[in-house]
Amino acid sequence: MAGSPVVERLDEDTFPKILLHNAKVFADRPAMREKDLGIWQAWSWSEVLEEIRTFAIGLQDIGFTVGDRIAIVGSNRPRLYWTMVAAQSLGGVPVPLYSDSVAEEMAFVLEHAEVRFACVEDQEQVDKLLSMSEDLPRLEHIIYDDPRGLRDYDHTRLHSFEEMQAVGCKALDAEPARDQAWLERIANGKGDDISVMLYTSGTTGRPKGVMLSFDNLVISGRNGNAFDKLDEHEETLAYLPMAWIGDHVFSLAQAYTAGYCVNCPESLETVLSDRREIAPTYFFAPPRVFEGLLTHIMVRMEDAGKLKKKMFDVFMGVAKRVGEHILNGENVDLKDRLAYRLGEILVYGPLKNQMGFTRLKVGYTAGEAIGPEIFRFYRSLGLNLKQLYGQTEASVYITMQPDGEIFGDTVGKPATQVELKIAENGEVLYRSPGVFVGYYKNDEATKSTKTEDGWVLTGDAGFIADNGHLKIIDRAKDVGKLTSGALFAPKYVENKLKFFPDVKEVVAFGDGRDFCGVFVNIDLTAVGSWAERNNVNYASYQELAQHPQVYDMIEKHVDQVNRDLAGEPMMAGAQIKRFLVLHKELEADDGELTRTQKVRRSFIAERYAPLIEALYDGSTSKHVKTEVTYEDGRKGALEATVEIRDMTIHPASGRNIQEAAE
Amino acid sequence: MSAFVEPARMAGHSGMAKGEVLLRVDNVSLSFGGVKAITNISFDIVKGEVRAIIGPNGAGKTSMLNVINGFYHPQEGTIAWRGKVRRKMKPYEAASNGIARTFQNVALFKGMTTLDNIMTGRGLKMKKNFLWQCLHWGPALTEENEHRRKVEEIIDFLEIQAIRKTPVGRLPYGLQKRVELARALAMEPELLLLDEPMAGMNLEEKEDMSRFILDVNQQFGTTIALIEHDMGVVMDLSDRVVVLDYGRKIADGPPDEVQASQDVIDAYLGVPHEH
Repeated sequence: MAGSPVVERLDEDTFPKILLHNAKVFADRPAMREKDLGIWQAWSWSEVLEEIRTFAIGLQDIGFTVGDRIAIVGSNRPRLYWTMVAAQSLGGVPVPLYSDSVAEEMAFVLEHAEVRFACVEDQEQVDKLLSMSEDLPRLEHIIYDDPRGLRDYDHTRLHSFEEMQAVGCKALDAEPARDQAWLERIANGKGDDISVMLYTSGTTGRPKGVMLSFDNLVISGRNGNAFDKLDEHEETLAYLPMAWIGDHVFSLAQAYTAGYCVNCPESLETVLSDRREIAPTYFFAPPRVFEGLLTHIMVRMEDAGKLKKKMFDVFMGVAKRVGEHILNGENVDLKDRLAYRLGEILVYGPLKNQMGFTRLKVGYTAGEAIGPEIFRFYRSLGLNLKQLYGQTEASVYITMQPDGEIFGDTVGKPATQVELKIAENGEVLYRSPGVFVGYYKNDEATKSTKTEDGWVLTGDAGFIADNGHLKIIDRAKDVGKLTSGALFAPKYVENKLKFFPDVKEVVAFGDGRDFCGVFVNIDLTAVGSWAERNNVNYASYQELAQHPQVYDMIEKHVDQVNRDLAGEPMMAGAQIKRFLVLHKELEADDGELTRTQKVRRSFIAERYAPLIEALYDGSTSKHVKTEVTYEDGRKGALEATVEIRDMTIHPASGRNIQEAAE
Repeated sequence: MSAFVEPARMAGHSGMAKGEVLLRVDNVSLSFGGVKAITNISFDIVKGEVRAIIGPNGAGKTSMLNVINGFYHPQEGTIAWRGKVRRKMKPYEAASNGIARTFQNVALFKGMTTLDNIMTGRGLKMKKNFLWQCLHWGPALTEENEHRRKVEEIIDFLEIQAIRKTPVGRLPYGLQKRVELARALAMEPELLLLDEPMAGMNLEEKEDMSRFILDVNQQFGTTIALIEHDMGVVMDLSDRVVVLDYGRKIADGPPDEVQASQDVIDAYLGVPHEH
């Protein structure tokens, strides 16, 4: 393990030990809540301990033992979180999986992780596992949370969570010594034991199983808590995939180390109203969520009454001018402070209530770049929204933005105990106590990612800006050159265009070509609302996307991006020369996006090869036929004639921004 | 999440075993003036099955459903419900006897929320009188809480939590259909009549709805009689199918048998499905 521990190493160095500790210290404080039948049900830390204890003993009874792995599949349910710690208390390793991944993806991970047990949410997941049981000879038992529809299934290897707990209860009553043995087993756990295996979704190749130790997660969790002064009074909402490191750290590692309460929404569709009811104090969301929320608000404001709209505009103006300064604790004159106060009562307060951010202490966004406008909007309302840069391999934290040092285009300074350096080729490297143990059964990948002395290659290209903050431009391997020799960072171009609310997704091409060309996906909510207000008729996404007025609108945005790029000497060469609006939305089901909604550029390049050809051969339109996959696996085809437009290139202006670390 | 309505706990049930005849229609004829809607039809519905009624437009399917739930009174023939021959009855009597239905064209209270719409399905089960209800206190409140719990179980069952407080008029059609099913389920019926539950739905909504119908049948033990035009759905869901044409029964039996029958192919299906 690299780095010298700064946060004192406490005796509780594994999650089961921390659980026992919390059950004593925070006995009656809520540890978990779940909305069930419309009512929030709460479990205190001592109740959670009992739930986990009985389940662990039950698990032991069907043969779970040291070194076993248990797959966890489903959306965020308290019982699935408990299963993780129950498995850890028996010396086993939980392997959370993305519940929406298709059967083959899931089969690969289950097989690779040599899983003998699985704990799943409901019938859907049970069916999925049973359908591939032939390929998974190792999988012995499946435990489910929600019994609906499973009554008539063969229960020889299928168990309900309740039944497991009942078995555990009985065993504990019959032989009290079992409890003692369980506690001893927990006491014997060590900080460098493997805590969890998280499979990275990966934009290319097979997923890799990242092994993280208790030390990795516990120390990172404690550092994270200390950085933002989080304690047992926090409330968070667990709604992001359990297989993702972010959720694992925010909803488990940090929740256990700080002792705060994790709330599970009723369903994925109710997150918005559930968040409003809970009003989390600590909240994480990818930029997409913040973008979506802002679009939603702006669209709703368009329909508001004149007075309300006026009030909103006036006070948002005030917030834009002084909000961030007030949040950063800078000097602001009295008149503006009073106006801001009034705005808080009339506009910002109700708005924050609508969004469920009334009690927000700190909010984070990461994963993708967030639009400066969007970022500023939330901050100007007095919401302490910050960015961080992290990875599964780092137990999340690499850089974070300290309070008062928030810049939209950089991702912050190295987090506590993290060392950072930039390699010759511009790639970002780090070393920290959170650095993963290795990839499971993949030494080759481990060696190529982690150096002998513990430095990890992020695969991202970036540089340290003048203010000491890290700026990420793109994936290191994606940064290319145009034939003119100009630097081409596709993500950088894409993000600039994606910051317009009308644009949902962009794919930029240009490496080894004469100029930069892009595919654009419009945002159906924003453009749809615009269409409604401007009497533009459309029957489908495809029709709206091909509408000439929509093209005009996108053309304006592209031109604005080109002007921006012209102002940055390093990027001026990569201005967008030709663009088209795709006739279909990019979908994870079609393999065009990863499960975490990132664009898979090379796959798209292959799939839409005729369109790329048209982008570069100067034609102004192209007829294409694209195969689409529906959610049930059936296939259909979309046909369209896609228009391609030319743009003017602006001369590079002299404004010098930053020098990259090349 | 795991709290289900146990069939045994359901009120107004006969306690009949699976496989017994729940409803028998004998030689029923119905006419409106000179128009003969139904001519001399007999069939039965067995406890616990999914029974489909199919046929071309105007075959008398909806009339048949209306006869079953007591809205129309046949001029000839008898209807036996739970083994007892019944004659004239009002629809609400049928409802309190354990028959609930949904409609071909959604018949919800558009201005009310999903929750309130489903609560109306509990109306027949509320026992406290009007004055207590007005007070909204004591026994009336306890009663309402019990009903609310039942309604929440149904909301959970049909996965419509996200639209709990949304006025029904603002919902897309597929969801309105689901709310209508929820309201019918709120009555905890023994026999559920579904009039074209999938009409106007897209493929995904149809699949969801099929899943819910099967779940209702299996989880609650509710007997289901449904009218449907999508033959794929009918063949997958139903245990037995009765086929009507111009008010007469032309076939009755298991789906594959009915599908192979030449009369049915001539009158309704056209060429048989190729598998």
